[in-house]
Amino acid sequence: MGGLQKKKYESGSATNYISRNKARKKLSLSLADFRRLCILKGIYPHEPKHKKKVNKGSTAQRTFYLLKDIRFLMHEPIVGKFREYKIFVRKLRKAYGKAEWGTAEKLRGNKPGYKLDHIIKERYPTFIDALRDVDDALSMCFLFSTFPRTGKCHVQTIELCRRLSVEWMNYIITLRSLRKVFLSIKGIYYQAEVLGQIITWLVPYQFAHDHPTDVDYRVMATFTELYTTLLGFINFRLYQTLNLVYPPKVTHSQPAVMLHFDLLSDYLTSALLPFLPPRFAEPRWPPVPRPGGLQEDGEKLAERLKARQDQDRQEKLFEGLKFFLNREVPRESLAFVLRCFGAQVSWDKSLCIGSTYDVTDETITHHVVDRPSLEKQYINRYYVQPQWVYDCVNARMLLPVEDYFVGVTLPPHLSPFVEEKEGDYVPPEKLKLLALQKGERPEQEEEEEEEDNDDSEEEEDEDQSDDEDELKGMEEKQALGKASSVKVTPGEAKPVNRQRAEQEAKAEEKRLAVMMMKKRDKYLYDKIMFGKKRSVREANKMSAKRKALDEASKANKKKKLKK
Amino acid sequence: SVGRGGACTTSAPSLHITFSLSLSLSLSLSLSLSLSLSLSLAFCSQDIRNTVGNIPMEWYKDYPHIGYDLDGKKIFKPIRNKDELDEFLDKMENPDYWRTIHDKMTGTDVCLSDEQVDLVHRLQQGKFGDVNFNEYEPAIDFFSNEVMIHPVTNRPADKRSFIPSLIEKEKVGKLVHAIKMGWIKPRRPKETAPQYYDLWAKEDPNAILGRHKMHIPAPKMRLPGHEESYNPPPEYLLTDEERQVWEQQDPDERKLSFLPQKYLSLRAVPAFSRFIQERFERCLDLYLCPRQRKMRVNVNPEDLIPKLPRPRDLQPFPTLQSLVYHGHSSLIRSISISPSGQWLVSGSDDCTVRFWEVCTTRCLKTMEVGGPVKSVAWNPAPSISLVAVSYGENVILVNPGLGDRLICSATDQLISSYEEPEEVKDQQVQWAVPEGKAQEQGQRLILTHPKAVKQVSWHGRGDYLACVMPDDGSSLQVVIHQVSRRRTQNPFHRNKGAVQCVSFHPSRPYFLVATQRYVRVYNLIKQELTKKLMANCKWISSMAVHPGGDNVICGSYDCRLAWFDLDLSTKPYKVLRHHKKALRGVAYHKHYPLFASGSDDGTVIVCHGMVYNDLLQNPLIVPVKVLKGHIITHDLGVLDVAFHPTQPWVFSSGADGTVRLFT
Repeated sequence: MGGLQKKKYESGSATNYISRNKARKKLSLSLADFRRLCILKGIYPHEPKHKKKVNKGSTAQRTFYLLKDIRFLMHEPIVGKFREYKIFVRKLRKAYGKAEWGTAEKLRGNKPGYKLDHIIKERYPTFIDALRDVDDALSMCFLFSTFPRTGKCHVQTIELCRRLSVEWMNYIITLRSLRKVFLSIKGIYYQAEVLGQIITWLVPYQFAHDHPTDVDYRVMATFTELYTTLLGFINFRLYQTLNLVYPPKVTHSQPAVMLHFDLLSDYLTSALLPFLPPRFAEPRWPPVPRPGGLQEDGEKLAERLKARQDQDRQEKLFEGLKFFLNREVPRESLAFVLRCFGAQVSWDKSLCIGSTYDVTDETITHHVVDRPSLEKQYINRYYVQPQWVYDCVNARMLLPVEDYFVGVTLPPHLSPFVEEKEGDYVPPEKLKLLALQKGERPEQEEEEEEEDNDDSEEEEDEDQSDDEDELKGMEEKQALGKASSVKVTPGEAKPVNRQRAEQEAKAEEKRLAVMMMKKRDKYLYDKIMFGKKRSVREANKMSAKRKALDEASKANKKKKLKK
Repeated sequence: SVGRGGACTTSAPSLHITFSLSLSLSLSLSLSLSLSLSLSLAFCSQDIRNTVGNIPMEWYKDYPHIGYDLDGKKIFKPIRNKDELDEFLDKMENPDYWRTIHDKMTGTDVCLSDEQVDLVHRLQQGKFGDVNFNEYEPAIDFFSNEVMIHPVTNRPADKRSFIPSLIEKEKVGKLVHAIKMGWIKPRRPKETAPQYYDLWAKEDPNAILGRHKMHIPAPKMRLPGHEESYNPPPEYLLTDEERQVWEQQDPDERKLSFLPQKYLSLRAVPAFSRFIQERFERCLDLYLCPRQRKMRVNVNPEDLIPKLPRPRDLQPFPTLQSLVYHGHSSLIRSISISPSGQWLVSGSDDCTVRFWEVCTTRCLKTMEVGGPVKSVAWNPAPSISLVAVSYGENVILVNPGLGDRLICSATDQLISSYEEPEEVKDQQVQWAVPEGKAQEQGQRLILTHPKAVKQVSWHGRGDYLACVMPDDGSSLQVVIHQVSRRRTQNPFHRNKGAVQCVSFHPSRPYFLVATQRYVRVYNLIKQELTKKLMANCKWISSMAVHPGGDNVICGSYDCRLAWFDLDLSTKPYKVLRHHKKALRGVAYHKHYPLFASGSDDGTVIVCHGMVYNDLLQNPLIVPVKVLKGHIITHDLGVLDVAFHPTQPWVFSSGADGTVRLFT
């Protein structure tokens, strides 16, 4: 046999992967810079199939990147910028050390910077790609915009985040593309549909953050850098599609507003509608392609048409209603949601700029309040708690306001993102909601009465059965007293439930067939069945829990009534 | 005196102070250093100042003098004759005692005047010694912003302040030149605001990189469920126990990363404390987690179930428990059916053998034997009415006397017609004919073995009887008796492991021996090993041979039933794991394609086992019925199963002391 002996780890998967440290050395970057580069370029590690082979026989824990990815990074112009920056920092430190203030000043004037435009273009070659990935960008921008202006990151970044997020909200309002809102304990989830893409983002509640110590803000800042660029370009494109100038200009009628960006952004959120033109008449939906006369397509078409009608109705949900926000409710969120569905919103003048009408306005239809009671109430408007607005949006209809009046215990707030499959647990509130959406009116009072009747009947039944038991016991005693004798009792014909018998037969057939399964199939089958059973068990557990809770609350109510 | 006092104070760390009114200023300056002072005071009227300096005064302890005055004369110690008592009296009586100080330098007691006491107080409080000293006097700047009419200095201005600087001119000239030449440019205004434009103006789908197609986009965040709501339905809130469990769990193991909570109004909802952390974790996931496309196989579990013919189509097979034979008081180890199918014999641990009529469940006969019955076997030949019963080391052949009288008498004759051969061989087993009561009961022959017999098995013709005496380590484990000639043989000379059970082949001269893990098939004529079947199980418990003769089933204590096709392979054609616990008995039906297995889980599973005449077609095995009825006692369920010879009925004996018939 000729030829050289093949050496180990010189071909195959060992050469396709590279460990993080080696990659870092190959790019001659510090770990922090390497991390930044990976974040910006969207390079992530890969898990090799045979870790030991790739790791050259060692089993130590290592992160592996694809060698191709690292080669790709080597051509990135931004790597050069990183090096330039490093040199800049060194020069600046030297200048400060020598107390050469002039040089330092000059150096700082020429601080090297970099742009991420080409990276964005490269990572998201089409606009739809970018939109698909905007979830995280939005959540991050909304988080950063709530940071205090001191400490953790640059003020410019925070302001930029604020601006971008406000612009995004403006776009959503203008196009009325908000679909779902959810008040969670973490924050408020919004879901919108932009150009056919479902986009969800999370906004924290308006509180000061207590900054955790176990978070690396540099990583977050790098992500934010990328995300602000991405969001800026997306906003630009979106505004362009609406034939709007970007960045939006504030009209000159509010000159004071122009002075402070802070105020400007508040203004943007508060009184947005006046300076963006109303919705466009152009059809947002692309014309439905004509199918080739197939009936299936016809059905689909009808479905789509119906969905569109539903959506149109949802978008005009609050149209014609006039809201007034009390000062304790989350103004920004409510104003955003209400305007997304065509309502007019205002608040107290002293609270924030942008209030368009006063509390005393007679045409106000709904007053959003979140306090136990209100001193002065107007007769011709509803006083509702903020959850009503969100629930209405999720239900796609105006819910009865009675459940949401001031001081009333609110019905549970359900997540609109849950779509129950068959066999899952569905909370009764959701069932009620579904019934409402179908157009059925629940008649609670009657039900309650019926329930009461049932209870009384049951009690009577119990009494009767008690009597019977006693009689039986007497008879038995008598029978025992007598000498035991052989008795022939007439047999009872057992009714045969044919359906049930059939079912049982089928079940047994299946059981027997399961016995004959191959070992490998049996394993998979058992696993699947285990999962199914677990989900059923969980659903049962939930419904049992609910039942117990309902009964307990009912008993409490009864007690109170008796008292 | 001022100069001297000053020198004295500066040189000494613990200060000497000479009090005089004129000294107060210098005192106030020097005394403000420390408050814990040791003062030595002297009066000026009689100038006896000590000149020894700042030395420990003990040095003069033994001398009559205490130092020297300014003139160099000795200062003598004053005559002191005060003892402790005087000191005490003085302390009690003298009103000025508190202001009296002992001056070590002169050895005299000095009484401080009011001014001095006052001074000491002031110094202790950190004030200046001089009462009249004002520390907050208004400062007057010498150089101020007000232009005064007189100059501070009278120096005339320099000439260079009137003529332009040449150096500056040179520098400016250079700069002007550089600007002219374009070397220096005015600093451009900085663009701080990011510039956005239509990045995707020229979207070219062809320009998408190949690597972009390989890119795996990060999965989106999971959408929140009802439990994350600020006001969830009450069933989503954790109970106290669940909450405790949640708290004790590792954060990675938790199903929910947060505790569901209910707030009565939106106003009451606080900030989520882990918000930033969660976002950060998401960031980490985005750039640190390896991504992989996982193909999830979506299998319908129904598709995994094999398609078998419906049991309904495979009838007849036993489906119902119809009769129960009560009578035994302990577990029934073995049962056997007469070839006619009319009688049933059962042997139990209560040392009895009972004969039953099958159709009526009537116990016709009870025979007591001398030990727990291990095995019973009815002679398969229809012309012989003989039952082999094994207990302890004995095997007895019983003529039950049931059924056709002619057959019974013929059997008796057959046994009694035995004539002893001329030369009597020395046998390992003793053949004896019982007498008296035993004879009346029906016992015809008693075979006494050297070891305990576990199983007896008849040959199809009814003349040969095989007995198993399991003993690992002896070559005498299986013996074959010939009843007509009362002869015993030991077919094996070598031990091949503990024998569990044996069986004769129904049609050919084969003998099957099951050890713990193997079944060996011997040819009795050629006296050689034909096949060795590997059962793939730990411990074989029972064995049955198909009446066709080409198939064997083995039950094992590790819940398996192995079906061997002797033509196919020495490995099992099929292994069934349908029992939950150890198998104790297996049986084939003589005519119908059925076999049954009884197990410790109290069930008898009847399977359809069709064997085709065509050698190319494999046997069809379908479980058709799970029969339940036996009560599990002492972890034992069914101990033996047997089929009716003509009907599709199965009998099973159990640890609960009953025999049950399923039809």
